[in-house]
Amino acid sequence: MMLARIDRQLGWATPLALVAVIVIVWEIAVRATNTPAWLLPAPSGVVRSLVEDKDILLPNALVTFSEVLLGFVSAVVVGVSLGITIYRSATLERLLYPIIIASQTVPIPALAPLLLVWFGYGLLPKVLVTALVGFFPIVVNTVEGLRSTDPDVINLLRSFGASRGKVFRLAEFPSSLPSVFAGARIAVAICVIGAVFGELVGAKAGLGYLITRAIAQFETPRLVAAIVLLSAMGTGLFALIGLIERIVLPWRKYTRASRS
Amino acid sequence: MTSPANPHAPDGTPYMSPAQAPRLELIDIVSTYVERGRRLTALAGLSLQVGKAEFVALVGPSGSGKSTLLDIVSGLLIEDSGTVFIDGELTAAAQRLGKSAYMQQRDLLLPWRTTVSNAALGLEASGVPRAEAEQRASAQLQRFGLNGFGGAYPAQLSGGMRQRAAFLRTILPRKDLVLLDEPFGALDALTRADLQMWLAGLWEQERPSVLLVTHDVEEAIFLADRVIVLTPRPGRVAFELTVSLLRPRMRDMIASPAFIQDRATLLHALGLVGHSST
Repeated sequence: MMLARIDRQLGWATPLALVAVIVIVWEIAVRATNTPAWLLPAPSGVVRSLVEDKDILLPNALVTFSEVLLGFVSAVVVGVSLGITIYRSATLERLLYPIIIASQTVPIPALAPLLLVWFGYGLLPKVLVTALVGFFPIVVNTVEGLRSTDPDVINLLRSFGASRGKVFRLAEFPSSLPSVFAGARIAVAICVIGAVFGELVGAKAGLGYLITRAIAQFETPRLVAAIVLLSAMGTGLFALIGLIERIVLPWRKYTRASRS
Repeated sequence: MTSPANPHAPDGTPYMSPAQAPRLELIDIVSTYVERGRRLTALAGLSLQVGKAEFVALVGPSGSGKSTLLDIVSGLLIEDSGTVFIDGELTAAAQRLGKSAYMQQRDLLLPWRTTVSNAALGLEASGVPRAEAEQRASAQLQRFGLNGFGGAYPAQLSGGMRQRAAFLRTILPRKDLVLLDEPFGALDALTRADLQMWLAGLWEQERPSVLLVTHDVEEAIFLADRVIVLTPRPGRVAFELTVSLLRPRMRDMIASPAFIQDRATLLHALGLVGHSST
């Protein structure tokens, strides 16, 4: 296919080119229709806001970033631990799985104000919301990953006299890692939304807080600028996890190559 | 089913000492499994022995319980009844884990481990620290035709190399009893012939007791001291042949009259049990 050939030749340039096309069409459309900035700002207006408001945007972005990071790391720690617990004990699986699934049905807009009452306007309630929405895909993927272990490999290790702990360390845990990373990539994107949600309910700083204020003041270019920063944050963290995966699981590139 | 209290020779007389006992002795092994709600018998009172430094091959039609037998000997599967002696000692399945080196049909190399650490896995599983295990594996790469591939991942190796890496993993812990389940099954004919020759040479140097499961009558004769033919399910010993080839085994022996005679005998025995073998 022609698109595929162009894509191979340009590499990273293709997605950037697509973004550029969207931005240009957007700019032309806004200018041609004389749309006011408070209704839909042109990309040039968003860029102007990014530059002019950087002293407001960047410190708030940093607040949101630290919430996302802390929430995500907690989600990974809790998610992987719960996944391992569920995998290793059928009893604990029956006890924990309903609670874990129920935790995902709790509407965050209902929970966030409660957390606000309990823990105040600071970082903690936002980190909790972030971790709460982020840990679920990690639990599910950890359990699935552990269960994907080749039973013949487990038998091989047992036949050599390996203890259960050793089988876990040598076969089950490493088998789960590709799936855990896949879960982490899903989680990190949701974590960005989680942090903003936490801020929308009540915060003194953060991009979510900035968005609420921008809406109230009809500062739409700043609102879009905040969204652009959030997207950049999500995309950057997603790429970072991909990078970590390539370092931790260097063998993956060979199995992928041999499959294609 | 009564279990004899002491190790004994087939004629019922007790062995004088464990040194005289065979490496492995199976008496009246029965094994059943449930498939679609029906209880089927895989092994129906199978008895056999493998001597010290003896290479025994098991041939038989598919479904004659050959792999089940290896699972029982390795301790992965608990027999329904019957007794298993290892070095003259009566053993329960759990006690047999770690006593033998078991190589299954698939190479089971871990995709995230390099050749060296895959080869070290058997040692590591039996309690040797990783660094030492890998050092011992590295020292054997040359002998296993893996020189220069120690740092490669399984996906980068050819089929023959993967199989040799799996062999190294099996041999390295130096277990006295080696169980091989169709180790050449997945290989092309040329690689298979190469590896058979190579395994015969390796066996001469190490001389462990081997129980080899195979579909291939010629492979069984070429490698083994004794070939045991099993009946179709439920599996039982149908026939036994002491191979007339001398050791060390050479490739041209497969054209010798002794080889042809043994092959005819075995094919006849397999024909009598009602199935052809590949």
